[in-house]
Amino acid sequence: MKTEFEHHQSAHCESGVTSNLLWKASGGKITEPLAFGIGAGLFFAYIPLIKINNGPAIAFRTLPGFIFNRTCKSLNIPVVSKKFNSKEKAELYLNERLESGSPVGCQVGVYYLPYFPKEYRFHFNGHNLVVFGKEDDNYLISDPIMENVATMDSYQLERVRFAKGALAPKGHLYYPAKEVTITDEMIRQAIKSGIKKNIYNMLNIPGSFAGISGIKNTGLKIKKWRDKLGLKQAGSYLAQMVRMQEEIGTGGGGFRYIYAAFLQEADVYLPGNNLAEISVIFTKAGDMWRNAAVHAAGIFKGRLSSQEDFNIMGDYLLEIAAVEKSAFETLKQIKWQ
Amino acid sequence: MKKDEVPQDLSALGKITNEVCYATDSSGKYVKALSRGWDVKINALDIAWGDIEKRVAAAKEQVLNNNASPLLYFMEYRLMDISILADYTGFWKWQIKGHLKPEVFNKLSDRKLEKYAEAFNITVEDLKSMTVHEDGV
Repeated sequence: MKTEFEHHQSAHCESGVTSNLLWKASGGKITEPLAFGIGAGLFFAYIPLIKINNGPAIAFRTLPGFIFNRTCKSLNIPVVSKKFNSKEKAELYLNERLESGSPVGCQVGVYYLPYFPKEYRFHFNGHNLVVFGKEDDNYLISDPIMENVATMDSYQLERVRFAKGALAPKGHLYYPAKEVTITDEMIRQAIKSGIKKNIYNMLNIPGSFAGISGIKNTGLKIKKWRDKLGLKQAGSYLAQMVRMQEEIGTGGGGFRYIYAAFLQEADVYLPGNNLAEISVIFTKAGDMWRNAAVHAAGIFKGRLSSQEDFNIMGDYLLEIAAVEKSAFETLKQIKWQ
Repeated sequence: MKKDEVPQDLSALGKITNEVCYATDSSGKYVKALSRGWDVKINALDIAWGDIEKRVAAAKEQVLNNNASPLLYFMEYRLMDISILADYTGFWKWQIKGHLKPEVFNKLSDRKLEKYAEAFNITVEDLKSMTVHEDGV
Protein backbone atom coordinates (compact mmCIF):
# COMPACT_ATOMS: atom_id res chain seq x y z
CA MET A 1 0.00 0.00 0.00
CA LYS A 2 1.08 3.53 -0.67
CA THR A 3 -0.37 6.79 0.62
CA GLU A 4 -0.64 9.98 -1.36
CA PHE A 5 2.63 11.71 -0.59
CA GLU A 6 5.36 13.73 -2.32
CA HIS A 7 8.97 13.54 -1.15
CA HIS A 8 10.76 16.90 -1.16
CA GLN A 9 14.35 16.97 -0.01
CA SER A 10 15.03 19.46 2.77
CA ALA A 11 17.92 20.73 4.81
CA HIS A 12 16.57 19.91 8.26
CA CYS A 13 14.71 16.75 9.18
CA GLU A 14 11.90 18.06 11.35
CA SER A 15 11.02 21.18 9.36
CA GLY A 16 11.27 18.99 6.26
CA VAL A 17 8.88 16.39 7.67
CA THR A 18 6.50 19.15 8.76
CA SER A 19 6.57 20.78 5.34
CA ASN A 20 6.11 17.45 3.57
CA LEU A 21 3.23 16.32 5.80
CA LEU A 22 1.43 19.65 5.28
CA TRP A 23 2.23 19.80 1.57
CA LYS A 24 -1.17 18.64 0.39
CA ALA A 25 -3.17 20.67 2.90
CA SER A 26 -1.29 23.85 2.05
CA GLY A 27 -0.94 23.30 -1.67
CA GLY A 28 2.81 23.34 -1.21
CA LYS A 29 2.74 26.72 0.53
CA ILE A 30 4.26 25.54 3.82
CA THR A 31 7.81 25.35 2.58
CA GLU A 32 10.63 24.17 4.79
CA PRO A 33 11.76 27.69 5.78
CA LEU A 34 8.16 28.65 6.64
CA ALA A 35 7.76 25.53 8.79
CA PHE A 36 11.08 26.27 10.50
CA GLY A 37 10.17 29.90 11.24
CA ILE A 38 6.54 29.27 12.21
CA GLY A 39 7.81 26.51 14.48
CA ALA A 40 10.27 29.01 16.04
CA GLY A 41 13.13 26.67 15.19
CA LEU A 42 16.09 28.99 15.68
CA PHE A 43 17.92 28.63 18.97
CA PHE A 44 21.21 28.35 20.73
CA ALA A 45 21.96 26.31 23.83
CA TYR A 46 25.15 25.18 25.50
CA ILE A 47 24.37 22.16 27.69
CA PRO A 48 27.48 20.86 29.46
CA LEU A 49 25.40 18.34 31.42
CA ILE A 50 24.38 16.40 28.33
CA LYS A 51 27.45 14.74 26.90
CA ILE A 52 27.57 13.83 23.24
CA ASN A 53 30.62 11.82 22.25
CA ASN A 54 32.22 12.97 25.54
CA GLY A 55 31.80 16.64 24.72
CA PRO A 56 29.16 19.22 25.70
CA ALA A 57 25.93 19.35 23.71
CA ILE A 58 25.65 22.56 21.72
CA ALA A 59 22.33 23.10 19.95
CA PHE A 60 21.53 25.62 17.24
CA ARG A 61 17.87 24.67 17.02
CA THR A 62 14.95 24.16 19.31
CA LEU A 63 14.28 20.79 20.99
CA PRO A 64 13.21 17.91 18.72
CA GLY A 65 9.43 17.69 18.42
CA PHE A 66 8.74 21.38 18.95
CA ILE A 67 8.74 22.48 15.32
CA PHE A 68 5.99 20.14 14.13
CA ASN A 69 3.80 20.81 17.16
CA ARG A 70 4.23 24.57 17.12
CA THR A 71 3.69 24.86 13.39
CA CYS A 72 0.48 22.83 13.51
CA LYS A 73 -0.75 24.66 16.59
CA SER A 74 -0.13 28.06 15.00
CA LEU A 75 -2.08 26.93 11.93
CA ASN A 76 -4.91 25.51 14.08
CA ILE A 77 -4.26 22.00 12.84
CA PRO A 78 -5.01 19.34 15.46
CA VAL A 79 -2.16 16.88 15.90
CA VAL A 80 -2.12 13.22 16.84
CA SER A 81 1.09 12.30 18.63
CA LYS A 82 1.71 8.91 20.22
CA LYS A 83 4.41 6.99 22.02
CA PHE A 84 4.31 3.28 22.75
CA ASN A 85 5.56 0.86 25.36
CA SER A 86 4.97 -2.09 23.09
CA LYS A 87 6.84 -2.55 19.81
CA GLU A 88 3.98 -4.66 18.41
CA LYS A 89 1.38 -2.00 19.14
CA ALA A 90 3.63 0.66 17.63
CA GLU A 91 3.87 -1.29 14.38
CA LEU A 92 0.18 -2.13 14.32
CA TYR A 93 -0.78 1.50 14.78
CA LEU A 94 1.54 2.59 12.00
CA ASN A 95 0.14 -0.04 9.64
CA GLU A 96 -3.43 1.06 10.38
CA ARG A 97 -2.59 4.64 9.56
CA LEU A 98 -0.93 3.67 6.30
CA GLU A 99 -3.90 1.50 5.38
CA SER A 100 -6.23 4.42 5.97
CA GLY A 101 -4.12 6.41 3.51
CA SER A 102 -2.29 8.76 5.87
CA PRO A 103 1.49 9.25 5.78
CA VAL A 104 3.01 9.32 9.26
CA GLY A 105 5.91 11.25 10.81
CA CYS A 106 8.23 9.16 12.97
CA GLN A 107 10.96 10.12 15.40
CA VAL A 108 13.93 7.76 15.10
CA GLY A 109 17.50 7.23 16.27
CA VAL A 110 20.17 7.48 13.57
CA TYR A 111 22.63 4.92 14.94
CA TYR A 112 21.05 1.89 13.26
CA LEU A 113 19.64 3.77 10.26
CA PRO A 114 20.67 1.45 7.41
CA TYR A 115 20.89 3.98 4.57
CA PHE A 116 23.08 6.44 6.51
CA PRO A 117 26.84 6.21 5.96
CA LYS A 118 28.66 4.78 8.95
CA GLU A 119 30.54 8.04 9.60
CA TYR A 120 27.27 9.81 10.37
CA ARG A 121 25.83 7.26 12.76
CA PHE A 122 25.80 8.49 16.34
CA HIS A 123 23.34 7.78 19.13
CA PHE A 124 21.25 10.78 18.21
CA ASN A 125 17.54 10.13 18.66
CA GLY A 126 16.04 13.38 17.42
CA HIS A 127 15.87 12.46 13.76
CA ASN A 128 12.58 12.55 11.86
CA LEU A 129 11.25 10.88 8.73
CA VAL A 130 7.94 10.08 7.08
CA VAL A 131 6.68 6.54 6.50
CA PHE A 132 4.36 6.74 3.50
CA GLY A 133 3.72 3.16 2.48
CA LYS A 134 4.50 -0.51 2.85
CA GLU A 135 5.28 -3.14 0.24
CA ASP A 136 5.60 -6.69 1.57
CA ASP A 137 7.90 -6.33 4.59
CA ASN A 138 9.42 -3.06 3.38
CA TYR A 139 8.34 0.34 4.59
CA LEU A 140 8.62 3.26 2.17
CA ILE A 141 10.63 5.99 3.85
CA SER A 142 10.87 9.68 3.01
CA ASP A 143 13.90 10.92 4.92
CA PRO A 144 13.89 14.68 4.30
CA ILE A 145 17.66 15.00 4.22
CA MET A 146 18.03 12.37 1.48
CA GLU A 147 17.62 13.18 -2.21
CA ASN A 148 15.67 9.97 -2.84
CA VAL A 149 13.19 7.88 -0.91
CA ALA A 150 14.47 4.79 0.91
CA THR A 151 13.09 1.57 2.37
CA MET A 152 13.50 -0.25 5.67
CA ASP A 153 12.23 -3.70 6.56
CA SER A 154 10.04 -4.04 9.63
CA TYR A 155 12.94 -5.06 11.90
CA GLN A 156 15.12 -2.15 10.78
CA LEU A 157 12.30 0.34 11.28
CA GLU A 158 11.41 -1.09 14.68
CA ARG A 159 15.04 -0.81 15.74
CA VAL A 160 15.31 2.91 14.94
CA ARG A 161 11.83 3.69 16.29
CA PHE A 162 12.87 2.06 19.55
CA ALA A 163 16.42 3.36 19.66
CA LYS A 164 17.66 3.89 23.22
CA GLY A 165 19.49 6.63 25.07
CA ALA A 166 18.80 10.35 25.49
CA LEU A 167 15.53 11.44 23.80
CA ALA A 168 14.60 7.81 23.16
CA PRO A 169 11.74 7.96 20.62
CA LYS A 170 9.66 5.11 22.14
CA GLY A 171 8.00 4.57 18.79
CA HIS A 172 6.91 8.21 18.67
CA LEU A 173 4.75 8.97 15.65
CA TYR A 174 2.70 12.01 14.70
CA TYR A 175 0.46 13.36 11.96
CA PRO A 176 -2.18 16.04 11.38
CA ALA A 177 -5.43 14.71 12.85
CA LYS A 178 -7.58 15.91 9.99
CA GLU A 179 -7.38 17.55 6.61
CA VAL A 180 -7.46 21.30 7.01
CA THR A 181 -7.26 23.82 4.21
CA ILE A 182 -4.53 26.27 5.08
CA THR A 183 -5.34 29.83 4.01
CA ASP A 184 -2.96 32.77 3.52
CA GLU A 185 -4.54 34.51 6.49
CA MET A 186 -3.74 31.50 8.68
CA ILE A 187 -0.16 31.60 7.43
CA ARG A 188 0.14 35.32 8.22
CA GLN A 189 -1.05 34.81 11.80
CA ALA A 190 1.23 31.79 12.21
CA ILE A 191 4.28 33.71 10.95
CA LYS A 192 3.71 36.47 13.49
CA SER A 193 3.28 34.02 16.34
CA GLY A 194 6.39 32.05 15.30
CA ILE A 195 8.52 35.19 15.19
CA LYS A 196 7.21 36.29 18.58
CA LYS A 197 8.04 32.93 20.13
CA ASN A 198 11.53 32.97 18.61
CA ILE A 199 12.17 36.49 19.92
CA TYR A 200 11.34 35.25 23.41
CA ASN A 201 13.57 32.17 23.07
CA MET A 202 16.58 34.14 21.91
CA LEU A 203 16.25 37.34 23.97
CA ASN A 204 14.34 36.47 27.12
CA ILE A 205 14.93 32.88 28.19
CA PRO A 206 16.22 33.04 31.75
CA GLY A 207 19.68 31.76 32.59
CA SER A 208 22.98 32.07 30.77
CA PHE A 209 23.02 28.80 28.82
CA ALA A 210 20.52 29.59 26.07
CA GLY A 211 19.64 32.25 23.53
CA ILE A 212 21.84 35.28 22.87
CA SER A 213 23.30 35.15 26.39
CA GLY A 214 24.16 31.50 25.73
CA ILE A 215 26.17 32.45 22.64
CA LYS A 216 27.94 35.18 24.60
CA ASN A 217 28.81 32.92 27.50
CA THR A 218 30.01 30.15 25.24
CA GLY A 219 32.32 32.70 23.59
CA LEU A 220 33.73 33.63 26.99
CA LYS A 221 34.13 29.95 27.93
CA ILE A 222 35.97 29.12 24.71
CA LYS A 223 38.66 31.64 25.60
CA LYS A 224 39.38 29.56 28.71
CA TRP A 225 39.25 26.15 27.01
CA ARG A 226 42.93 26.11 26.04
CA ASP A 227 44.08 26.37 29.66
CA LYS A 228 41.25 24.40 31.16
CA LEU A 229 41.02 21.46 28.78
CA GLY A 230 44.33 21.39 26.98
CA LEU A 231 44.73 21.81 23.22
CA LYS A 232 43.60 18.34 22.28
CA GLN A 233 40.29 18.28 24.12
CA ALA A 234 39.58 21.93 23.35
CA GLY A 235 40.00 21.00 19.69
CA SER A 236 37.55 18.11 20.05
CA TYR A 237 35.01 20.41 21.70
CA LEU A 238 35.33 22.92 18.87
CA ALA A 239 35.00 20.16 16.27
CA GLN A 240 31.81 19.10 18.02
CA MET A 241 30.47 22.65 17.91
CA VAL A 242 31.19 22.85 14.19
CA ARG A 243 29.38 19.57 13.58
CA MET A 244 26.28 20.67 15.47
CA GLN A 245 26.41 23.95 13.57
CA GLU A 246 27.06 22.78 10.02
CA GLU A 247 26.24 19.10 9.75
CA ILE A 248 23.42 17.59 7.78
CA GLY A 249 20.17 19.11 8.78
CA THR A 250 21.28 22.67 9.43
CA GLY A 251 21.08 24.20 5.96
CA GLY A 252 24.43 25.82 6.81
CA GLY A 253 25.49 28.52 9.29
CA GLY A 254 23.79 26.94 12.29
CA PHE A 255 20.26 27.20 10.78
CA ARG A 256 20.72 30.98 10.38
CA TYR A 257 20.34 30.72 6.58
CA ILE A 258 17.07 28.80 6.86
CA TYR A 259 15.81 31.51 9.19
CA ALA A 260 16.91 34.22 6.75
CA ALA A 261 15.05 32.35 3.98
CA PHE A 262 12.00 32.19 6.25
CA LEU A 263 11.99 35.97 6.79
CA GLN A 264 12.30 36.53 3.05
CA GLU A 265 9.28 34.30 2.39
CA ALA A 266 7.43 35.87 5.32
CA ASP A 267 7.96 39.30 3.78
CA VAL A 268 5.78 38.27 0.83
CA TYR A 269 2.92 37.43 3.21
CA LEU A 270 3.44 40.46 5.44
CA PRO A 271 4.90 43.28 3.30
CA GLY A 272 5.75 46.64 4.85
CA ASN A 273 7.35 45.17 7.97
CA ASN A 274 10.95 45.20 6.74
CA LEU A 275 11.25 41.42 7.11
CA ALA A 276 13.34 41.16 3.93
CA GLU A 277 15.78 43.74 5.34
CA ILE A 278 16.02 41.91 8.65
CA SER A 279 16.61 38.68 6.74
CA VAL A 280 19.90 40.17 5.53
CA ILE A 281 21.12 40.44 9.15
CA PHE A 282 20.55 36.70 9.62
CA THR A 283 22.44 35.97 6.41
CA LYS A 284 25.29 37.97 7.92
CA ALA A 285 25.05 35.98 11.17
CA GLY A 286 25.16 32.73 9.17
CA ASP A 287 28.24 33.93 7.30
CA MET A 288 29.89 34.83 10.62
CA TRP A 289 29.16 31.38 12.06
CA ARG A 290 30.79 29.84 8.99
CA ASN A 291 33.85 32.08 9.31
CA ALA A 292 34.06 31.02 12.94
CA ALA A 293 33.90 27.37 11.82
CA VAL A 294 36.84 27.92 9.46
CA HIS A 295 38.84 29.41 12.32
CA ALA A 296 37.81 26.52 14.59
CA ALA A 297 39.03 24.08 11.95
CA GLY A 298 42.41 25.81 12.07
CA ILE A 299 42.51 25.01 15.78
CA PHE A 300 41.28 21.41 15.71
CA LYS A 301 43.55 20.59 12.80
CA GLY A 302 46.48 21.92 14.84
CA ARG A 303 47.40 24.78 12.53
CA LEU A 304 46.38 27.38 15.13
CA SER A 305 47.25 26.80 18.76
CA SER A 306 48.03 30.01 20.66
CA GLN A 307 45.89 31.60 23.34
CA GLU A 308 45.41 34.47 20.92
CA ASP A 309 43.76 32.02 18.49
CA PHE A 310 41.33 30.97 21.23
CA ASN A 311 40.65 34.63 22.03
CA ILE A 312 39.79 35.24 18.37
CA MET A 313 37.55 32.16 18.43
CA GLY A 314 35.68 33.42 21.50
CA ASP A 315 35.40 36.91 19.98
CA TYR A 316 33.69 35.45 16.92
CA LEU A 317 30.87 34.27 19.15
CA LEU A 318 30.70 37.58 21.01
CA GLU A 319 30.35 39.41 17.70
CA ILE A 320 27.71 36.96 16.50
CA ALA A 321 25.80 37.43 19.76
CA ALA A 322 25.77 41.20 19.16
CA VAL A 323 24.54 40.82 15.57
CA GLU A 324 21.79 38.34 16.45
CA LYS A 325 20.75 40.46 19.42
CA SER A 326 20.24 43.47 17.17
CA ALA A 327 18.35 41.32 14.64
CA PHE A 328 15.90 40.00 17.23
CA GLU A 329 15.50 43.41 18.84
CA THR A 330 14.59 44.82 15.44
CA LEU A 331 12.04 42.02 15.01
CA LYS A 332 10.66 42.80 18.45
CA GLN A 333 10.03 46.43 17.54
CA ILE A 334 7.85 45.61 14.53
CA LYS A 335 4.43 47.25 14.58
CA TRP A 336 2.73 44.71 12.32
CA GLN A 337 1.23 46.17 9.15
CA MET B 1 26.18 32.42 1.73
CA LYS B 2 25.97 32.90 -2.01
CA LYS B 3 24.83 30.04 -4.19
CA ASP B 4 28.06 29.86 -6.20
CA GLU B 5 30.04 29.76 -2.92
CA VAL B 6 28.31 26.63 -1.62
CA PRO B 7 31.20 24.23 -1.00
CA GLN B 8 31.42 21.03 -3.03
CA ASP B 9 34.06 18.98 -1.17
CA LEU B 10 33.06 15.34 -1.45
CA SER B 11 32.17 13.91 2.00
CA ALA B 12 31.17 10.40 3.11
CA LEU B 13 27.57 11.53 2.94
CA GLY B 14 28.10 13.18 -0.44
CA LYS B 15 28.79 9.77 -1.91
CA ILE B 16 25.23 8.77 -0.98
CA THR B 17 23.28 12.00 -1.18
CA ASN B 18 23.83 15.69 -1.76
CA GLU B 19 22.61 17.84 1.10
CA VAL B 20 20.38 20.89 0.91
CA CYS B 21 21.79 24.29 1.87
CA TYR B 22 20.03 27.60 1.75
CA ALA B 23 21.95 30.19 -0.25
CA THR B 24 21.24 33.43 -2.08
CA ASP B 25 21.16 33.78 -5.88
CA SER B 26 22.49 36.77 -7.84
CA SER B 27 19.40 38.84 -6.94
CA GLY B 28 19.77 38.06 -3.21
CA LYS B 29 16.82 35.67 -3.17
CA TYR B 30 17.13 32.50 -1.09
CA VAL B 31 17.09 29.23 -3.00
CA LYS B 32 17.80 25.62 -2.15
CA ALA B 33 21.30 24.66 -3.25
CA LEU B 34 22.85 21.22 -3.17
CA SER B 35 26.24 20.57 -1.59
CA ARG B 36 28.47 17.50 -1.78
CA GLY B 37 30.08 18.44 1.54
CA TRP B 38 32.50 20.92 3.09
CA ASP B 39 36.12 20.35 4.14
CA VAL B 40 35.59 22.08 7.48
CA LYS B 41 32.83 19.61 8.38
CA ILE B 42 34.75 16.65 7.03
CA ASN B 43 37.68 17.58 9.27
CA ALA B 44 35.40 18.02 12.28
CA LEU B 45 33.92 14.57 11.69
CA ASP B 46 37.41 13.11 11.29
CA ILE B 47 38.35 14.53 14.70
CA ALA B 48 35.31 12.88 16.27
CA TRP B 49 36.14 9.51 14.69
CA GLY B 50 39.82 9.87 15.59
CA ASP B 51 38.75 10.26 19.24
CA ILE B 52 36.47 7.22 18.95
CA GLU B 53 39.14 5.06 17.35
CA LYS B 54 41.53 5.90 20.18
CA ARG B 55 38.96 4.87 22.75
CA VAL B 56 38.25 1.63 20.88
CA ALA B 57 41.97 0.82 20.68
CA ALA B 58 42.44 1.55 24.39
CA ALA B 59 39.46 -0.69 25.22
CA LYS B 60 40.88 -3.49 23.11
CA GLU B 61 44.11 -3.31 25.03
CA GLN B 62 42.24 -3.45 28.34
CA VAL B 63 40.46 -6.58 27.21
CA LEU B 64 43.62 -8.24 25.89
CA ASN B 65 45.35 -7.49 29.20
CA ASN B 66 42.41 -9.10 30.98
CA ASN B 67 41.54 -5.86 32.76
CA ALA B 68 38.09 -5.69 31.18
CA SER B 69 35.61 -7.96 29.44
CA PRO B 70 34.82 -7.70 25.71
CA LEU B 71 31.76 -5.63 26.70
CA LEU B 72 34.03 -2.61 27.11
CA TYR B 73 35.39 -3.06 23.62
CA PHE B 74 31.95 -3.30 22.00
CA MET B 75 30.60 -0.42 24.07
CA GLU B 76 33.31 1.82 22.67
CA TYR B 77 32.93 0.30 19.21
CA ARG B 78 29.21 1.02 19.23
CA LEU B 79 29.73 4.49 20.80
CA MET B 80 27.63 3.48 23.80
CA ASP B 81 27.98 4.40 27.44
CA ILE B 82 26.70 2.31 30.33
CA SER B 83 23.36 4.07 30.44
CA ILE B 84 22.60 3.53 26.72
CA LEU B 85 23.62 -0.11 27.06
CA ALA B 86 21.40 -0.44 30.13
CA ASP B 87 18.47 0.92 28.09
CA TYR B 88 19.11 -1.48 25.21
CA THR B 89 19.59 -4.60 27.33
CA GLY B 90 17.30 -3.98 30.29
CA PHE B 91 20.19 -4.65 32.71
CA TRP B 92 20.81 -2.29 35.60
CA LYS B 93 23.88 -0.09 35.33
CA TRP B 94 25.44 -1.78 38.37
CA GLN B 95 24.96 -5.16 36.71
CA ILE B 96 26.72 -3.96 33.57
CA LYS B 97 29.57 -2.61 35.69
CA GLY B 98 29.92 -6.13 37.08
CA HIS B 99 29.79 -7.70 33.62
CA LEU B 100 32.65 -5.46 32.56
CA LYS B 101 34.91 -7.57 34.78
CA PRO B 102 36.34 -10.53 32.84
CA GLU B 103 35.78 -13.05 35.64
CA VAL B 104 32.08 -12.11 35.91
CA PHE B 105 31.61 -11.91 32.15
CA ASN B 106 33.07 -15.38 31.61
CA LYS B 107 30.35 -16.89 33.80
CA LEU B 108 27.39 -15.12 32.13
CA SER B 109 24.55 -17.29 30.89
CA ASP B 110 23.87 -17.54 27.16
CA ARG B 111 20.61 -15.71 27.67
CA LYS B 112 22.41 -12.68 29.11
CA LEU B 113 25.10 -12.79 26.44
CA GLU B 114 22.34 -12.90 23.83
CA LYS B 115 20.94 -9.61 25.14
CA TYR B 116 24.31 -7.93 24.77
CA ALA B 117 24.84 -9.43 21.32
CA GLU B 118 21.49 -8.07 20.18
CA ALA B 119 22.24 -4.60 21.53
CA PHE B 120 25.55 -4.57 19.66
CA ASN B 121 24.02 -6.20 16.58
CA ILE B 122 26.59 -9.02 16.59
CA THR B 123 26.61 -12.74 17.40
CA VAL B 124 27.40 -14.18 20.84
CA GLU B 125 30.43 -15.87 19.32
CA ASP B 126 31.79 -12.54 18.06
CA LEU B 127 31.06 -10.95 21.42
CA LYS B 128 33.11 -13.53 23.27
CA SER B 129 35.97 -13.51 20.79
CA MET B 130 35.93 -9.72 20.23
CA THR B 131 35.51 -10.19 16.50
CA VAL B 132 34.32 -7.36 14.28
CA HIS B 133 32.90 -7.64 10.78
CA GLU B 134 33.25 -4.26 9.15
CA ASP B 135 29.88 -4.20 7.40
CA GLY B 136 28.07 -5.49 10.46
CA VAL B 137 26.10 -2.42 11.48
